[in-house]
Amino acid sequence: MEIKKLFDGTTLTVTLSGRLDASNAQELTKELNAALNGVKDLIFDFTNLKYVASAGLRVLLTAQKRMNKQGSMTIRNVNDSVMEVLEMTGFADLMNIEK
Amino acid sequence: MEQITIEATVENLPQVNDYVIESLEERDCPPKILLQMELVIEELFVNVAHYAYRPDVGKCTVCKEFEENPRALILTLIDSGVPYNPLEHEDPDTSLGVEEREIGGLGIFLVKKNVDEISYEYKDGQNVLRLKKLF
Repeated sequence: MEIKKLFDGTTLTVTLSGRLDASNAQELTKELNAALNGVKDLIFDFTNLKYVASAGLRVLLTAQKRMNKQGSMTIRNVNDSVMEVLEMTGFADLMNIEK
Repeated sequence: MEQITIEATVENLPQVNDYVIESLEERDCPPKILLQMELVIEELFVNVAHYAYRPDVGKCTVCKEFEENPRALILTLIDSGVPYNPLEHEDPDTSLGVEEREIGGLGIFLVKKNVDEISYEYKDGQNVLRLKKLF
């Protein structure tokens, strides 16, 4: 998985490519912990994310809980297979997703 | 029936994945089912890697069998770790709000959602998890 971060004022856009799974979820957690101070709007761009497993969902849920306290979180450009996992787990209703 | 026995570590997940997915591809399994199986394999194998032998590392045996009419994969994961039936884990309540949602329990829930049959038994000192996926 590749993680790209772009800061624009208080907006952080995190672009993920590849697979968000048990082998790299911790890396994303570390990246977010290091970057979220002062961020009001967190945007995930999933254009090139083709797979997410429960380890990745946990990171997203933790990020959502944090952003509820300090601003907002949006997930953009979700592909069908990732969307299916988000829907199956009820995450699609919990999060602001722009397909 | 074919099988591999491999050290249960997250690093070995791609190897287990390939072992199963390649056979499905050879049988012209639809891409959607392939993705669902990748997810199922990850959740189950990573569970063994994280919990079965903690804090040590142990082995996991993965068996694959195929059926015809209807076409199905029978996958069995066997480990000799602590007795644990993941199917007893209560399903997360997917209707709860963000703050109420628990971080855990999602993996096995996704497994159950993506297979056609699944069963667990503890036999001869081993956890045996067996599932069926139609394709």
